[in-house]
Amino acid sequence: MTAPPFSWIRPEPWGIHIVPADAWVDPSRPVARALVTHGHADHARGGHGVTVATPATLAIMELRYQTRDGASPAEYGETLDIGGGVTATYLPAGHVLGSAQILLEHAGERVIITGDYKRAPDPTCAPFAVTPCDIFITEATFGLPVFTHPPIAEEIAKLLEARRENPDSSILVGAYALGKAQRVIAELRAAGHTETIWLHGAMEAMCRLYEEHGVALGDLRLVSDAKKEDMRGGIILAPPSALNDRWSRRLPDPVTAMASGWMRVRQRARQRGVELPLVISDHADWNELTRTIAEVNPQETWITHGREEALLRWCELSQRRARALALVGYEDEDD
Amino acid sequence: MCGVRVMEEFAALLDALVYTTSRNRKLALIVAYLRASPDTDRGWALAALTDGLDFPAVKSSTIRNLMMERVDPVLWALSRDFVGDTAETASLLWPEPEDAERHPDLPLVEVVERLSALTRASAPKELPALFDRLDAKGRYALIKLATGGMRVGVSARLAKTAFAMAFDVAVEEVEEYWHALTPPYAELFAWAADGGAPPDLAHTPRFRPFMLAHPLEDGVVDLADYAAEWKWDGIRVQLVRAGGETRVYSRSGDDISATFPELLDVLPIDAVLDGELLVRGSAQGGEAGGAASFNALQQRLGRKTVSKAMLRDYPAFVRLYDVLLLEGQDWREAPWKSRRATLEALMPRLPESHFDLSQLVEAADFAALAAIRDTARDEAIEGLMLKHRESPYVAGRKVALWYKWKRDPLLVDCVLMYAQRGSGKRSSFYSDYTFGCWDGDPDAGAELLPVGKAYSGFTDEELKKLDRFVRQNTLNKFGPVREVKRELVFEVAFDSVHTSKRHKSGLAMRFPRIHRIRWDKPAHEADRIEGLRALVKD
Repeated sequence: MTAPPFSWIRPEPWGIHIVPADAWVDPSRPVARALVTHGHADHARGGHGVTVATPATLAIMELRYQTRDGASPAEYGETLDIGGGVTATYLPAGHVLGSAQILLEHAGERVIITGDYKRAPDPTCAPFAVTPCDIFITEATFGLPVFTHPPIAEEIAKLLEARRENPDSSILVGAYALGKAQRVIAELRAAGHTETIWLHGAMEAMCRLYEEHGVALGDLRLVSDAKKEDMRGGIILAPPSALNDRWSRRLPDPVTAMASGWMRVRQRARQRGVELPLVISDHADWNELTRTIAEVNPQETWITHGREEALLRWCELSQRRARALALVGYEDEDD
Repeated sequence: MCGVRVMEEFAALLDALVYTTSRNRKLALIVAYLRASPDTDRGWALAALTDGLDFPAVKSSTIRNLMMERVDPVLWALSRDFVGDTAETASLLWPEPEDAERHPDLPLVEVVERLSALTRASAPKELPALFDRLDAKGRYALIKLATGGMRVGVSARLAKTAFAMAFDVAVEEVEEYWHALTPPYAELFAWAADGGAPPDLAHTPRFRPFMLAHPLEDGVVDLADYAAEWKWDGIRVQLVRAGGETRVYSRSGDDISATFPELLDVLPIDAVLDGELLVRGSAQGGEAGGAASFNALQQRLGRKTVSKAMLRDYPAFVRLYDVLLLEGQDWREAPWKSRRATLEALMPRLPESHFDLSQLVEAADFAALAAIRDTARDEAIEGLMLKHRESPYVAGRKVALWYKWKRDPLLVDCVLMYAQRGSGKRSSFYSDYTFGCWDGDPDAGAELLPVGKAYSGFTDEELKKLDRFVRQNTLNKFGPVREVKRELVFEVAFDSVHTSKRHKSGLAMRFPRIHRIRWDKPAHEADRIEGLRALVKD
């Protein structure tokens, strides 16, 4: 008697269960063995017995959640036997430092779980690897056709332009502390901005970790160590939650910017009181999502989280088999 | 085309306004735009910012239909729902041609000419060519321009203030001329920007800005200084006759003459009069007051043509408050007491069929006046007006001249039944609430019947909490509407309640707003329909 196809992989509300190996991908509750795609809090949680992830992701998890026990590193491209006749291969996802898609193989069937990903170039992480598979389990954070992220160089140019126009103010950029902040800094450096960039305290350790992993970020200093006048005319990075917080009162007349894919929609920017929206995202936009599904060309596409209804509709229109998984706890309001 | 402001710059102005919260920065942006642009373009831009443009051939549905031909309807609907704005969704989803030849240097005046020339039949063919010439921002500006309602957080007043600042003229003077002129306001620019003569409007029956009142919060005024009048529950109007022609203007300066034809040949002299438009009846002030409730007046509002039956069943008249101009003399600088005397002297010359005088409310002192005001609910009157006896008639709200002293609102406890996603700044938030009262004993199986809908009265923090409640307590989804568990009680404030055939409960509230959110109160303790019905004064 043979099992029905793909019955070895089972989506549950709190994660994807690899049944024969009794392992879970990005579980939102503690399990004996977790395969983690990347270090963002909605995917990587502490408290697992064993955590399999890339070395960079493990370092990030250690920094953020103080979890070192049971760390089991997986290099990009390395194929691991995880038991029950299942192998796992970690492939770059292009989302943030250390982010991986996980290719699972069992009885000749290939399943890829993308975690979060993007296709746009990013100097702080390895690019997404298109890999053939039978089932492609994709995110859909920006799964609506209104979401198209412009080339990042255009948005960085807007930021530098705003700085030139406001020499007596400062530009406060809200950016996710893991990934987005370092990417914005690296792109500012690539655009020739060599001056000091000021950081909210919550960003310092992660920036240092990125530098230890070979991502040069230039001269960074803490807002808490600076005098107000030093920061005039400067660029300051803070987590989005700090934008309208009391913390920002110490800054010289800040113009509030935010680096996020949601900034594509005017009212989203207004809701957050953003004056300078920068459409910069570490997730695939609509065109990247649909292009990736077409290129990977799986038999079936499963959609984990985000605006899955629209992506399902696109699959239907392009005659691709697809289903939405109701996973709990994945949402990325700050991206 | 050096120095010429074009569509691209208008689009940039709109975007900058959207993202600017500071009033001063908004003013600076508009001032800079107005100073740098040629007359025709800036005139149209000013019209757009003050909602003074109307292109009847282009409706929101025109845009939606254009999109439906190009984008999958399901993807369109999901996108529109998320974005919360048709113009923005369309601007983002418009399929740009591969070989797009952008012409962002399209002058605004040319865009306006092309939009004006459109018909319902030609619009679907002509608009795509315009869309193709612009980028997403340009398309957004174009659609907003064509369909009206900029929603960039700029009031007409702010735009006029910016105009006055840009050319160093008094905003009061701008208001004087504004309503007599039409876009692109050539005479206005000729006067303010180019130092020409002011517009000659002596023989035009034009609107003058209303004098408005501040709410009297907790203060006390001396009745030696202030006169009291009832605040009648109709609509404030200005009746203007000049050059033999009479017009009726609403509070916002809209010409509503066509809606009230019976008032157009009853004013025997040239004058500008301020008053309350009412319908004959007895709900307000009893037989002596002679006015029907606002509900009756509502039958007459918003109609472009009026049937004989309407004129017979709901005859309109004006209860006069003030006189601004009379037979060539401008009374606005004169103190209220002189204007009042002039108005009283005028009354015998006006036909009783269509005019009466708003009577003063006499009281020995403020406490006595307060006692009189407390009876106002029975009279179905909104409250009292307090006018300084020495006050000139000035545009807008000036501190300490006029006060409105509204009666306290009525309150009723209702249960949240449905929530709808808001638009604009509240897109994606469930911010529009339908609530109901019990049609009997809730513990004996009574049901809730909707009695009203409110969108205001809560803070941003409360909105977030309400949004979370709606999402976590959803029973059913109908497009943008969610039906929720009957658990949350709102204390709803409202001005009055009337019978209505539109609602299943048979009742309609006037100006309902959320007064308090009663997270603590069980739903079965909310009020019943019968209690609300007892408050009806029709």
